[in-house]
Amino acid sequence: MERLRWTLHDSWVEAERHLRVIPRNIELLIFATIQPIMFLALFAYVFGGSISIPGFADYDQFLMPGIFSQSLVFGSAFTSIGLAEDLSKGLVDRLRSLPMSRSAVIIGRTVSDLVRNLFTFVVMLVVAFVLGFRFRGSLLDAATATALLVLFSYALSWVQAVIGLAVSSVEAANSAGFIWMFPLTFVSSAFVDPSTMPGALEAVADANPFTVVTNAARALYNGLPVGNDAWWSLVWSVGLIAVFSTLATRRFSNSTSA
Amino acid sequence: MVAEYDRHTHWVTDFPAVEMTGVVKRFGETLALDGVDLSVPRGAVYGLLGPNGAGKTTSVRVLTTLIRPDSGTAKIDGIDVVADPDAVRRRIGLTGQYAAVDERLTARENLIYVGRLFHLGGAESKRRAGELLDRFDLADAADRVVKGFSGGMRRRLDIAMSLIANPSVLFLDEPTTGLDPRSRLQMWDVISDLAADGTTVLLTTQYLEEADRLAERIVVIDHGHVIAEGTPDELKSRTGGALLSVSIARAENRERAVSVLTPLCTGRVEHGDDDRSLVAPIVAGDRVVPGVIRALDAQGIDVLDVAVRRPSLDDVFLALTGHIATEEEAV
Repeated sequence: MERLRWTLHDSWVEAERHLRVIPRNIELLIFATIQPIMFLALFAYVFGGSISIPGFADYDQFLMPGIFSQSLVFGSAFTSIGLAEDLSKGLVDRLRSLPMSRSAVIIGRTVSDLVRNLFTFVVMLVVAFVLGFRFRGSLLDAATATALLVLFSYALSWVQAVIGLAVSSVEAANSAGFIWMFPLTFVSSAFVDPSTMPGALEAVADANPFTVVTNAARALYNGLPVGNDAWWSLVWSVGLIAVFSTLATRRFSNSTSA
Repeated sequence: MVAEYDRHTHWVTDFPAVEMTGVVKRFGETLALDGVDLSVPRGAVYGLLGPNGAGKTTSVRVLTTLIRPDSGTAKIDGIDVVADPDAVRRRIGLTGQYAAVDERLTARENLIYVGRLFHLGGAESKRRAGELLDRFDLADAADRVVKGFSGGMRRRLDIAMSLIANPSVLFLDEPTTGLDPRSRLQMWDVISDLAADGTTVLLTTQYLEEADRLAERIVVIDHGHVIAEGTPDELKSRTGGALLSVSIARAENRERAVSVLTPLCTGRVEHGDDDRSLVAPIVAGDRVVPGVIRALDAQGIDVLDVAVRRPSLDDVFLALTGHIATEEEAV
Protein backbone atom coordinates (compact mmCIF):
# COMPACT_ATOMS: atom_id res chain seq x y z
CA MET A 1 0.00 0.00 0.00
CA GLU A 2 2.79 2.33 1.06
CA ARG A 3 4.68 1.27 -2.03
CA LEU A 4 1.72 2.05 -4.29
CA ARG A 5 1.32 5.46 -2.67
CA TRP A 6 4.94 6.35 -3.40
CA THR A 7 4.70 5.01 -6.94
CA LEU A 8 1.76 7.35 -7.55
CA HIS A 9 3.58 10.24 -5.87
CA ASP A 10 6.78 9.72 -7.86
CA SER A 11 4.83 9.23 -11.11
CA TRP A 12 3.08 12.52 -10.52
CA VAL A 13 6.38 14.31 -9.81
CA GLU A 14 7.70 12.92 -13.09
CA ALA A 15 4.55 13.80 -15.05
CA GLU A 16 4.61 17.30 -13.63
CA ARG A 17 8.21 17.75 -14.78
CA HIS A 18 7.12 17.17 -18.38
CA LEU A 19 3.79 19.01 -18.19
CA ARG A 20 5.40 22.08 -16.66
CA VAL A 21 7.60 22.61 -19.71
CA ILE A 22 4.92 22.22 -22.40
CA PRO A 23 4.08 25.95 -22.37
CA ARG A 24 7.83 26.73 -22.59
CA ASN A 25 8.08 24.95 -25.91
CA ILE A 26 4.91 26.25 -27.46
CA GLU A 27 6.22 25.64 -31.01
CA LEU A 28 6.37 21.92 -30.36
CA LEU A 29 2.77 21.95 -29.18
CA ILE A 30 1.61 24.02 -32.14
CA PHE A 31 3.25 21.74 -34.70
CA ALA A 32 2.10 18.63 -32.89
CA THR A 33 -1.44 20.03 -33.20
CA ILE A 34 -1.18 21.26 -36.77
CA GLN A 35 -0.08 17.88 -38.11
CA PRO A 36 -3.31 15.97 -37.39
CA ILE A 37 -5.41 18.92 -38.53
CA MET A 38 -3.46 18.93 -41.78
CA PHE A 39 -4.11 15.20 -42.22
CA LEU A 40 -7.77 15.77 -41.49
CA ALA A 41 -8.13 18.49 -44.11
CA LEU A 42 -5.92 16.77 -46.72
CA PHE A 43 -7.72 13.46 -46.60
CA ALA A 44 -11.16 15.00 -46.44
CA TYR A 45 -10.61 17.28 -49.42
CA VAL A 46 -8.14 15.29 -51.53
CA PHE A 47 -9.72 11.84 -51.27
CA GLY A 48 -13.16 12.84 -50.04
CA GLY A 49 -14.66 13.19 -53.50
CA SER A 50 -13.32 9.99 -55.03
CA ILE A 51 -13.78 7.48 -52.25
CA SER A 52 -17.13 6.05 -51.37
CA ILE A 53 -17.60 3.50 -48.65
CA PRO A 54 -20.63 1.19 -48.64
CA GLY A 55 -22.85 2.05 -45.70
CA PHE A 56 -21.52 5.59 -45.40
CA ALA A 57 -23.31 8.32 -47.35
CA ASP A 58 -20.51 10.65 -46.47
CA TYR A 59 -16.78 9.67 -46.58
CA ASP A 60 -15.97 12.22 -43.84
CA GLN A 61 -18.00 10.27 -41.31
CA PHE A 62 -15.96 7.17 -42.21
CA LEU A 63 -12.60 8.87 -42.52
CA MET A 64 -12.46 11.22 -39.58
CA PRO A 65 -12.61 8.59 -36.82
CA GLY A 66 -9.74 6.92 -38.73
CA ILE A 67 -7.70 10.13 -38.62
CA PHE A 68 -8.52 10.63 -34.94
CA SER A 69 -7.22 7.22 -34.23
CA GLN A 70 -4.12 7.64 -36.42
CA SER A 71 -3.25 10.97 -34.82
CA LEU A 72 -3.52 9.58 -31.32
CA VAL A 73 -1.27 6.70 -32.31
CA PHE A 74 1.30 9.06 -33.85
CA GLY A 75 1.19 11.11 -30.66
CA SER A 76 2.56 8.15 -28.73
CA ALA A 77 5.92 8.68 -30.46
CA PHE A 78 6.65 11.49 -28.00
CA THR A 79 7.25 8.83 -25.38
CA SER A 80 10.16 7.15 -27.14
CA ILE A 81 11.78 10.46 -28.02
CA GLY A 82 11.39 11.82 -24.49
CA LEU A 83 12.80 8.75 -22.79
CA ALA A 84 15.71 8.55 -25.21
CA GLU A 85 16.43 12.18 -24.38
CA ASP A 86 16.53 11.56 -20.63
CA LEU A 87 18.74 8.56 -21.29
CA SER A 88 21.19 10.46 -23.48
CA LYS A 89 21.48 13.31 -20.98
CA GLY A 90 22.54 11.07 -18.11
CA LEU A 91 19.40 11.97 -16.20
CA VAL A 92 18.34 8.34 -16.11
CA ASP A 93 21.46 7.40 -14.14
CA ARG A 94 20.55 9.93 -11.51
CA LEU A 95 16.95 8.74 -11.41
CA ARG A 96 18.05 5.14 -11.04
CA SER A 97 20.22 6.10 -8.07
CA LEU A 98 17.28 7.75 -6.28
CA PRO A 99 15.11 6.00 -3.70
CA MET A 100 12.12 6.30 -6.01
CA SER A 101 9.74 3.91 -7.71
CA ARG A 102 11.37 2.23 -10.73
CA SER A 103 8.24 2.47 -12.86
CA ALA A 104 7.42 6.09 -11.98
CA VAL A 105 9.80 7.54 -14.56
CA ILE A 106 7.94 5.81 -17.38
CA ILE A 107 4.47 6.19 -15.90
CA GLY A 108 5.12 9.93 -15.50
CA ARG A 109 6.34 10.16 -19.08
CA THR A 110 3.42 8.24 -20.58
CA VAL A 111 0.85 10.16 -18.51
CA SER A 112 2.24 13.55 -19.52
CA ASP A 113 2.26 12.43 -23.17
CA LEU A 114 -1.33 11.32 -22.73
CA VAL A 115 -2.29 14.80 -21.51
CA ARG A 116 -0.56 16.36 -24.48
CA ASN A 117 -2.31 13.97 -26.88
CA LEU A 118 -5.66 14.74 -25.29
CA PHE A 119 -5.13 18.41 -25.93
CA THR A 120 -4.29 17.73 -29.58
CA PHE A 121 -7.31 15.47 -29.83
CA VAL A 122 -9.71 18.11 -28.53
CA VAL A 123 -8.41 20.69 -31.01
CA MET A 124 -8.71 18.13 -33.80
CA LEU A 125 -12.28 17.31 -32.79
CA VAL A 126 -13.23 20.97 -32.95
CA VAL A 127 -11.74 21.29 -36.42
CA ALA A 128 -13.54 18.11 -37.51
CA PHE A 129 -16.83 19.66 -36.39
CA VAL A 130 -16.10 22.78 -38.37
CA LEU A 131 -15.45 20.56 -41.41
CA GLY A 132 -18.83 18.90 -40.96
CA PHE A 133 -18.17 15.85 -38.82
CA ARG A 134 -21.03 14.98 -36.44
CA PHE A 135 -21.63 12.42 -33.68
CA ARG A 136 -24.43 10.24 -35.05
CA GLY A 137 -24.79 8.17 -31.91
CA SER A 138 -25.41 9.19 -28.31
CA LEU A 139 -22.97 11.39 -26.42
CA LEU A 140 -22.13 8.37 -24.28
CA ASP A 141 -21.22 6.45 -27.44
CA ALA A 142 -18.94 9.30 -28.51
CA ALA A 143 -17.35 9.42 -25.07
CA THR A 144 -16.79 5.65 -25.16
CA ALA A 145 -15.27 5.90 -28.63
CA THR A 146 -12.91 8.64 -27.43
CA ALA A 147 -11.97 6.66 -24.33
CA LEU A 148 -11.11 3.59 -26.44
CA LEU A 149 -8.94 5.65 -28.79
CA VAL A 150 -7.13 7.40 -25.96
CA LEU A 151 -6.56 4.15 -24.09
CA PHE A 152 -5.05 2.56 -27.21
CA SER A 153 -2.80 5.57 -27.68
CA TYR A 154 -1.72 5.21 -24.05
CA ALA A 155 -1.00 1.51 -24.60
CA LEU A 156 1.21 2.35 -27.58
CA SER A 157 3.05 4.87 -25.40
CA TRP A 158 4.30 1.88 -23.43
CA VAL A 159 5.46 0.20 -26.64
CA GLN A 160 7.24 3.46 -27.45
CA ALA A 161 8.78 3.49 -23.98
CA VAL A 162 10.44 0.15 -24.68
CA ILE A 163 11.72 1.52 -28.00
CA GLY A 164 12.96 4.73 -26.39
CA LEU A 165 14.87 2.77 -23.77
CA ALA A 166 16.28 0.32 -26.32
CA VAL A 167 17.75 2.73 -28.86
CA SER A 168 20.94 4.64 -28.30
CA SER A 169 20.05 8.15 -29.38
CA VAL A 170 17.23 10.64 -29.68
CA GLU A 171 17.57 10.55 -33.48
CA ALA A 172 17.23 6.78 -33.52
CA ALA A 173 14.19 7.03 -31.25
CA ASN A 174 12.69 9.52 -33.64
CA SER A 175 12.81 7.11 -36.57
CA ALA A 176 12.32 3.88 -34.65
CA GLY A 177 9.30 5.35 -32.93
CA PHE A 178 7.66 6.51 -36.14
CA ILE A 179 8.54 4.06 -38.88
CA TRP A 180 6.25 1.18 -37.88
CA MET A 181 3.28 3.48 -37.43
CA PHE A 182 2.84 3.95 -41.17
CA PRO A 183 2.10 0.29 -41.97
CA LEU A 184 0.22 0.01 -38.68
CA THR A 185 -2.16 2.82 -39.54
CA PHE A 186 -2.37 2.46 -43.33
CA VAL A 187 -2.78 -1.30 -43.57
CA SER A 188 -5.99 -0.95 -41.62
CA SER A 189 -9.55 0.20 -41.91
CA ALA A 190 -8.63 3.80 -41.09
CA PHE A 191 -8.87 5.20 -44.63
CA VAL A 192 -10.47 2.55 -46.82
CA ASP A 193 -12.47 -0.62 -46.47
CA PRO A 194 -9.92 -3.49 -46.15
CA SER A 195 -12.03 -5.68 -48.44
CA THR A 196 -10.74 -3.54 -51.34
CA MET A 197 -7.14 -4.55 -50.54
CA PRO A 198 -5.24 -7.52 -52.08
CA GLY A 199 -5.98 -10.74 -50.17
CA ALA A 200 -2.87 -10.97 -48.00
CA LEU A 201 -3.01 -7.30 -47.09
CA GLU A 202 -6.68 -7.59 -46.28
CA ALA A 203 -5.91 -10.39 -43.83
CA VAL A 204 -3.24 -8.26 -42.16
CA ALA A 205 -5.55 -5.25 -42.02
CA ASP A 206 -8.33 -7.30 -40.46
CA ALA A 207 -6.00 -8.71 -37.79
CA ASN A 208 -4.44 -5.32 -37.07
CA PRO A 209 -5.41 -4.13 -33.57
CA PHE A 210 -5.49 -0.64 -34.99
CA THR A 211 -8.35 -1.78 -37.28
CA VAL A 212 -10.22 -3.18 -34.29
CA VAL A 213 -9.89 0.05 -32.32
CA THR A 214 -10.71 2.24 -35.32
CA ASN A 215 -13.78 0.14 -36.19
CA ALA A 216 -15.02 0.33 -32.62
CA ALA A 217 -14.59 4.11 -32.45
CA ARG A 218 -16.08 4.61 -35.90
CA ALA A 219 -19.18 2.56 -35.10
CA LEU A 220 -19.69 4.38 -31.82
CA TYR A 221 -19.22 7.87 -33.31
CA ASN A 222 -21.68 7.00 -36.07
CA GLY A 223 -24.26 5.32 -33.86
CA LEU A 224 -23.80 1.99 -35.67
CA PRO A 225 -23.74 -1.45 -34.01
CA VAL A 226 -20.26 -1.92 -32.56
CA GLY A 227 -20.38 -5.69 -32.01
CA ASN A 228 -17.42 -7.08 -30.09
CA ASP A 229 -14.96 -4.52 -31.45
CA ALA A 230 -15.22 -2.34 -28.33
CA TRP A 231 -14.38 -5.28 -26.09
CA TRP A 232 -11.58 -6.46 -28.34
CA SER A 233 -10.02 -3.03 -28.44
CA LEU A 234 -10.19 -2.92 -24.64
CA VAL A 235 -8.49 -6.31 -24.51
CA TRP A 236 -5.78 -5.19 -26.94
CA SER A 237 -5.03 -2.01 -25.00
CA VAL A 238 -4.95 -3.64 -21.60
CA GLY A 239 -2.87 -6.51 -22.97
CA LEU A 240 -0.34 -4.18 -24.58
CA ILE A 241 -0.05 -2.16 -21.37
CA ALA A 242 0.45 -5.30 -19.29
CA VAL A 243 3.17 -6.71 -21.54
CA PHE A 244 5.02 -3.53 -22.43
CA SER A 245 4.91 -1.94 -18.98
CA THR A 246 6.64 -5.03 -17.65
CA LEU A 247 9.22 -4.93 -20.44
CA ALA A 248 9.79 -1.19 -20.09
CA THR A 249 10.16 -1.26 -16.32
CA ARG A 250 12.55 -4.19 -16.52
CA ARG A 251 14.51 -2.46 -19.23
CA PHE A 252 14.66 0.70 -17.16
CA SER A 253 15.84 -1.07 -14.03
CA ASN A 254 18.26 -2.96 -16.23
CA SER A 255 20.60 -4.76 -13.91
CA THR A 256 19.63 -2.84 -10.81
CA SER A 257 17.27 -4.55 -8.44
CA ALA A 258 14.08 -2.84 -7.44
CA MET B 1 33.25 5.82 18.45
CA VAL B 2 29.65 6.55 19.29
CA ALA B 3 27.01 4.86 17.22
CA GLU B 4 24.12 7.09 16.30
CA TYR B 5 20.67 5.97 15.33
CA ASP B 6 19.29 7.75 12.31
CA ARG B 7 15.92 7.96 10.64
CA HIS B 8 16.72 5.23 8.17
CA THR B 9 16.70 2.60 10.89
CA HIS B 10 20.30 1.59 10.52
CA TRP B 11 23.07 1.99 13.01
CA VAL B 12 25.81 3.99 11.49
CA THR B 13 29.27 5.32 12.29
CA ASP B 14 30.71 1.96 13.25
CA PHE B 15 30.83 1.12 9.57
CA PRO B 16 33.02 2.63 6.92
CA ALA B 17 30.98 5.00 4.77
CA VAL B 18 31.97 3.03 1.67
CA GLU B 19 33.22 -0.52 1.57
CA MET B 20 33.95 -2.83 -1.33
CA THR B 21 35.25 -6.33 -0.78
CA GLY B 22 36.44 -8.46 -3.68
CA VAL B 23 34.02 -6.89 -6.13
CA VAL B 24 34.05 -8.50 -9.56
CA LYS B 25 32.09 -7.24 -12.54
CA ARG B 26 32.27 -8.67 -16.01
CA PHE B 27 30.74 -7.19 -19.17
CA GLY B 28 30.75 -9.97 -21.72
CA GLU B 29 34.41 -10.78 -22.31
CA THR B 30 35.69 -7.75 -20.45
CA LEU B 31 36.58 -8.04 -16.81
CA ALA B 32 35.78 -4.52 -15.67
CA LEU B 33 36.38 -5.11 -11.96
CA ASP B 34 38.71 -7.89 -10.93
CA GLY B 35 38.28 -8.04 -7.16
CA VAL B 36 38.22 -4.45 -5.99
CA ASP B 37 38.73 -3.78 -2.28
CA LEU B 38 38.09 -0.31 -0.97
CA SER B 39 37.19 1.26 2.33
CA VAL B 40 36.40 4.92 2.88
CA PRO B 41 35.94 6.13 6.47
CA ARG B 42 33.21 8.63 7.32
CA GLY B 43 34.05 12.21 6.53
CA ALA B 44 37.00 11.36 4.31
CA VAL B 45 37.60 12.46 0.73
CA TYR B 46 39.02 9.65 -1.35
CA GLY B 47 40.16 9.83 -4.92
CA LEU B 48 39.81 6.88 -7.24
CA LEU B 49 42.50 7.45 -9.80
CA GLY B 50 43.07 5.59 -13.02
CA PRO B 51 43.09 5.83 -16.79
CA ASN B 52 40.03 5.36 -19.00
CA GLY B 53 38.68 1.85 -18.71
CA ALA B 54 40.46 1.15 -15.42
CA GLY B 55 37.17 0.44 -13.62
CA LYS B 56 36.53 3.75 -11.87
CA THR B 57 33.06 4.38 -13.24
CA THR B 58 32.10 0.73 -12.90
CA SER B 59 33.05 0.88 -9.21
CA VAL B 60 30.90 3.96 -8.73
CA ARG B 61 28.02 2.33 -10.60
CA VAL B 62 28.19 -0.71 -8.34
CA LEU B 63 28.28 1.46 -5.21
CA THR B 64 25.35 3.59 -6.37
CA THR B 65 23.17 0.52 -7.15
CA LEU B 66 23.17 1.13 -10.90
CA ILE B 67 24.73 -2.23 -11.67
CA ARG B 68 24.95 -5.40 -9.61
CA PRO B 69 28.35 -6.90 -8.91
CA ASP B 70 28.91 -10.47 -10.17
CA SER B 71 30.57 -11.34 -6.89
CA GLY B 72 31.96 -9.66 -3.81
CA THR B 73 30.11 -7.18 -1.63
CA ALA B 74 29.66 -3.44 -1.73
CA LYS B 75 28.23 -1.54 1.22
CA ILE B 76 27.30 2.01 2.06
CA ASP B 77 27.18 2.69 5.83
CA GLY B 78 27.23 -1.07 6.28
CA ILE B 79 24.18 -1.59 4.06
CA ASP B 80 24.62 -4.00 1.20
CA VAL B 81 23.87 -2.41 -2.19
CA VAL B 82 22.33 -5.60 -3.57
CA ALA B 83 20.32 -6.64 -0.50
CA ASP B 84 18.80 -3.24 0.27
CA PRO B 85 19.28 -0.87 -2.66
CA ASP B 86 16.55 1.54 -1.54
CA ALA B 87 18.19 2.11 1.84
CA VAL B 88 21.47 2.73 0.02
CA ARG B 89 19.82 5.14 -2.41
CA ARG B 90 18.47 7.21 0.49
CA ARG B 91 22.04 7.73 1.71
CA ILE B 92 23.92 8.59 -1.44
CA GLY B 93 24.27 11.44 -3.87
CA LEU B 94 25.58 10.77 -7.37
CA THR B 95 27.04 13.23 -9.81
CA GLY B 96 27.89 11.33 -12.94
CA GLN B 97 30.10 12.20 -15.87
CA TYR B 98 27.32 13.99 -17.72
CA ALA B 99 25.47 16.74 -15.92
CA ALA B 100 22.23 14.97 -15.00
CA VAL B 101 19.93 17.96 -15.07
CA ASP B 102 16.69 18.59 -16.92
CA GLU B 103 17.67 21.51 -19.09
CA ARG B 104 14.07 22.48 -19.78
CA LEU B 105 13.58 23.31 -16.09
CA THR B 106 15.04 26.17 -14.08
CA ALA B 107 17.81 25.51 -11.57
CA ARG B 108 15.37 25.83 -8.69
CA GLU B 109 12.84 23.50 -10.33
CA ASN B 110 15.54 20.89 -10.88
CA LEU B 111 16.45 20.97 -7.20
CA ILE B 112 12.87 20.83 -5.96
CA TYR B 113 12.13 18.02 -8.39
CA VAL B 114 14.92 15.85 -7.05
CA GLY B 115 14.01 16.77 -3.46
CA ARG B 116 10.49 15.51 -4.03
CA LEU B 117 11.81 12.28 -5.50
CA PHE B 118 13.82 11.87 -2.29
CA HIS B 119 10.42 12.23 -0.57
CA LEU B 120 11.45 15.35 1.33
CA GLY B 121 8.05 16.92 0.71
CA GLY B 122 7.34 20.09 -1.24
CA ALA B 123 8.08 22.65 1.49
CA GLU B 124 11.31 21.05 2.65
CA SER B 125 12.46 20.57 -0.96
CA LYS B 126 11.91 24.27 -1.60
CA ARG B 127 13.80 25.27 1.53
CA ARG B 128 16.76 23.02 0.69
CA ALA B 129 16.73 24.24 -2.90
CA GLY B 130 17.06 27.85 -1.71
CA GLU B 131 19.96 26.95 0.60
CA LEU B 132 21.83 25.05 -2.07
CA LEU B 133 21.33 27.74 -4.71
CA ASP B 134 22.98 30.23 -2.34
CA ARG B 135 25.73 27.86 -1.37
CA PHE B 136 26.63 27.00 -4.96
CA ASP B 137 26.53 30.55 -6.16
CA LEU B 138 23.51 29.94 -8.37
CA ALA B 139 21.05 32.27 -6.63
CA ASP B 140 21.13 34.82 -9.45
CA ALA B 141 20.44 32.17 -12.07
CA ALA B 142 17.98 30.23 -9.89
CA ASP B 143 14.91 30.94 -11.96
CA ARG B 144 16.50 30.70 -15.38
CA VAL B 145 16.06 27.67 -17.59
CA VAL B 146 19.17 25.47 -17.38
CA LYS B 147 19.51 25.24 -21.17
CA GLY B 148 21.41 28.54 -21.17
CA PHE B 149 23.81 27.55 -18.37
CA SER B 150 27.56 27.17 -18.85
CA GLY B 151 29.20 23.80 -18.28
CA GLY B 152 30.49 24.93 -14.90
CA MET B 153 27.06 26.14 -13.76
CA ARG B 154 25.44 22.88 -14.84
CA ARG B 155 28.01 20.89 -12.94
CA ARG B 156 27.49 22.98 -9.80
CA LEU B 157 23.73 22.50 -10.11
CA ASP B 158 24.32 18.80 -10.63
CA ILE B 159 26.30 18.55 -7.40
CA ALA B 160 23.69 20.64 -5.57
CA MET B 161 21.01 18.19 -6.77
CA SER B 162 23.08 15.31 -5.39
CA LEU B 163 23.22 17.03 -2.01
CA ILE B 164 19.53 17.87 -1.67
CA ALA B 165 18.80 15.08 0.80
CA ASN B 166 22.04 15.50 2.82
CA PRO B 167 23.58 12.27 1.63
CA SER B 168 25.91 10.30 3.81
CA VAL B 169 28.24 9.73 0.85
CA LEU B 170 28.67 11.82 -2.27
CA PHE B 171 29.98 10.16 -5.42
CA LEU B 172 31.57 12.42 -7.98
CA ASP B 173 32.41 10.61 -11.19
CA GLU B 174 34.99 12.68 -13.04
CA PRO B 175 33.54 15.95 -11.75
CA THR B 176 35.69 18.21 -13.91
CA THR B 177 35.85 16.27 -17.17
CA GLY B 178 34.92 18.55 -20.03
CA LEU B 179 35.15 21.77 -18.02
CA ASP B 180 37.26 24.73 -19.03
CA PRO B 181 40.21 25.54 -16.72
CA ARG B 182 38.40 28.32 -14.89
CA SER B 183 35.34 26.16 -14.19
CA ARG B 184 37.63 23.37 -13.10
CA LEU B 185 39.23 25.62 -10.47
CA GLN B 186 35.77 26.68 -9.31
CA MET B 187 34.71 23.05 -9.06
CA TRP B 188 37.82 22.29 -7.01
CA ASP B 189 36.81 25.00 -4.55
CA VAL B 190 33.30 23.55 -4.34
CA ILE B 191 34.67 20.09 -3.61
CA SER B 192 37.20 21.40 -1.08
CA ASP B 193 34.34 23.16 0.74
CA LEU B 194 32.35 19.93 0.83
CA ALA B 195 35.33 18.16 2.32
CA ALA B 196 35.71 20.91 4.92
CA ASP B 197 32.05 20.42 5.87
CA GLY B 198 32.71 16.77 6.61
CA THR B 199 30.87 15.25 3.66
CA THR B 200 32.23 11.83 2.73
CA VAL B 201 33.28 12.05 -0.89
CA LEU B 202 34.47 9.41 -3.30
CA LEU B 203 35.61 11.07 -6.48
CA THR B 204 37.03 9.51 -9.59
CA THR B 205 39.47 11.25 -11.82
CA GLN B 206 41.98 10.73 -14.57
CA TYR B 207 43.70 13.94 -13.56
CA LEU B 208 46.56 13.25 -11.21
CA GLU B 209 46.73 16.88 -10.25
CA GLU B 210 43.08 16.78 -9.27
CA ALA B 211 43.44 13.75 -7.03
CA ASP B 212 46.53 15.30 -5.46
CA ARG B 213 44.71 18.55 -4.80
CA LEU B 214 41.37 17.22 -3.50
CA ALA B 215 41.78 13.81 -2.00
CA GLU B 216 43.34 12.99 1.35
CA ARG B 217 43.85 9.44 0.18
CA ILE B 218 44.20 8.14 -3.31
CA VAL B 219 43.30 4.68 -4.53
CA VAL B 220 45.01 3.88 -7.80
CA ILE B 221 43.07 1.51 -10.00
CA ASP B 222 44.17 -0.12 -13.23
CA HIS B 223 42.61 -2.95 -15.23
CA GLY B 224 39.98 -3.51 -12.54
CA HIS B 225 42.54 -3.90 -9.73
CA VAL B 226 43.50 -1.58 -6.92
CA ILE B 227 47.24 -1.32 -7.46
CA ALA B 228 48.14 1.19 -4.77
CA GLU B 229 46.60 3.21 -2.00
CA GLY B 230 47.89 5.97 0.20
CA THR B 231 48.13 9.68 0.80
CA PRO B 232 49.38 11.68 -2.18
CA ASP B 233 52.73 12.02 -0.39
CA GLU B 234 53.01 8.32 0.31
CA LEU B 235 52.31 7.53 -3.29
CA LYS B 236 54.86 10.02 -4.47
CA SER B 237 57.52 8.52 -2.26
CA ARG B 238 56.76 5.13 -3.85
CA THR B 239 58.90 6.16 -6.76
CA GLY B 240 61.68 6.34 -4.16
CA GLY B 241 63.23 9.52 -5.38
CA ALA B 242 63.10 13.25 -5.58
CA LEU B 243 65.13 15.80 -7.47
CA LEU B 244 67.44 18.26 -5.72
CA SER B 245 68.29 21.50 -7.44
CA VAL B 246 70.82 23.96 -6.09
CA SER B 247 71.75 27.47 -7.25
CA ILE B 248 75.04 28.88 -6.10
CA ALA B 249 76.16 32.51 -6.07
CA ARG B 250 79.34 32.24 -8.21
CA ALA B 251 79.89 30.12 -11.30
CA GLU B 252 83.59 29.47 -10.55
CA ASN B 253 82.58 27.42 -7.48
CA ARG B 254 80.51 24.97 -9.50
CA GLU B 255 83.01 22.09 -9.84
CA ARG B 256 83.80 22.29 -6.12
CA ALA B 257 80.06 22.22 -5.38
CA VAL B 258 79.70 19.06 -7.52
CA SER B 259 82.29 17.25 -5.40
CA VAL B 260 80.64 18.44 -2.18
CA LEU B 261 77.20 17.27 -3.28
CA THR B 262 78.14 13.93 -4.85
CA PRO B 263 78.39 11.95 -1.54
CA LEU B 264 74.98 13.32 -0.44
CA CYS B 265 73.09 12.30 -3.55
CA THR B 266 72.00 8.97 -5.01
CA GLY B 267 73.27 9.59 -8.52
CA ARG B 268 75.35 11.84 -10.74
CA VAL B 269 75.27 15.56 -10.03
CA GLU B 270 74.40 17.27 -13.31
CA HIS B 271 74.72 20.82 -14.47
CA GLY B 272 71.48 22.69 -14.49
CA ASP B 273 69.97 25.28 -16.83
CA ASP B 274 72.67 27.88 -16.27
CA ASP B 275 76.30 27.82 -15.10
CA ARG B 276 75.39 28.39 -11.46
CA SER B 277 72.88 25.61 -11.01
CA LEU B 278 73.12 21.89 -10.30
CA VAL B 279 70.59 19.06 -10.25
CA ALA B 280 70.84 15.64 -8.62
CA PRO B 281 68.60 12.75 -7.56
CA ILE B 282 68.13 12.21 -3.83
CA VAL B 283 66.11 9.94 -1.56
CA ALA B 284 62.70 11.50 -1.05
CA GLY B 285 61.83 12.57 2.48
CA ASP B 286 65.42 12.04 3.65
CA ARG B 287 65.82 15.59 4.98
CA VAL B 288 68.82 16.02 2.73
CA VAL B 289 68.41 19.78 2.35
CA PRO B 290 69.91 20.94 5.67
CA GLY B 291 72.92 18.70 5.07
CA VAL B 292 73.40 20.16 1.60
CA ILE B 293 73.34 23.70 2.94
CA ARG B 294 75.73 22.91 5.81
CA ALA B 295 78.20 21.11 3.55
CA LEU B 296 78.28 23.90 0.95
CA ASP B 297 78.55 26.53 3.69
CA ALA B 298 81.48 24.68 5.29
CA GLN B 299 83.33 24.93 1.95
CA GLY B 300 82.58 28.66 1.72
CA ILE B 301 80.27 28.23 -1.27
CA ASP B 302 77.40 30.76 -1.12
CA VAL B 303 74.01 29.22 -1.83
CA LEU B 304 71.22 31.20 -3.48
CA ASP B 305 68.53 28.56 -3.55
CA VAL B 306 67.93 24.91 -2.72
CA ALA B 307 64.78 23.18 -3.88
CA VAL B 308 63.48 19.61 -3.86
CA ARG B 309 61.00 18.69 -6.56
CA ARG B 310 58.77 15.83 -5.46
CA PRO B 311 57.85 13.44 -8.25
CA SER B 312 54.45 14.18 -9.78
CA LEU B 313 51.71 11.62 -9.63
CA ASP B 314 52.38 11.07 -13.31
CA ASP B 315 55.80 9.75 -12.33
CA VAL B 316 54.09 7.61 -9.68
CA PHE B 317 51.61 6.17 -12.11
CA LEU B 318 54.34 5.31 -14.53
CA ALA B 319 56.31 3.62 -11.79
CA LEU B 320 53.27 1.65 -10.59
CA THR B 321 51.79 0.53 -13.86
CA GLY B 322 54.54 0.77 -16.40
CA HIS B 323 52.41 2.97 -18.60
CA ILE B 324 51.34 6.56 -18.43
CA ALA B 325 48.03 7.43 -16.86
CA THR B 326 46.46 9.30 -19.71
CA GLU B 327 46.76 6.42 -22.13
CA GLU B 328 43.45 5.50 -23.76
CA GLU B 329 42.42 1.91 -23.46
CA ALA B 330 39.61 -0.14 -24.86
CA VAL B 331 36.95 -0.55 -22.18
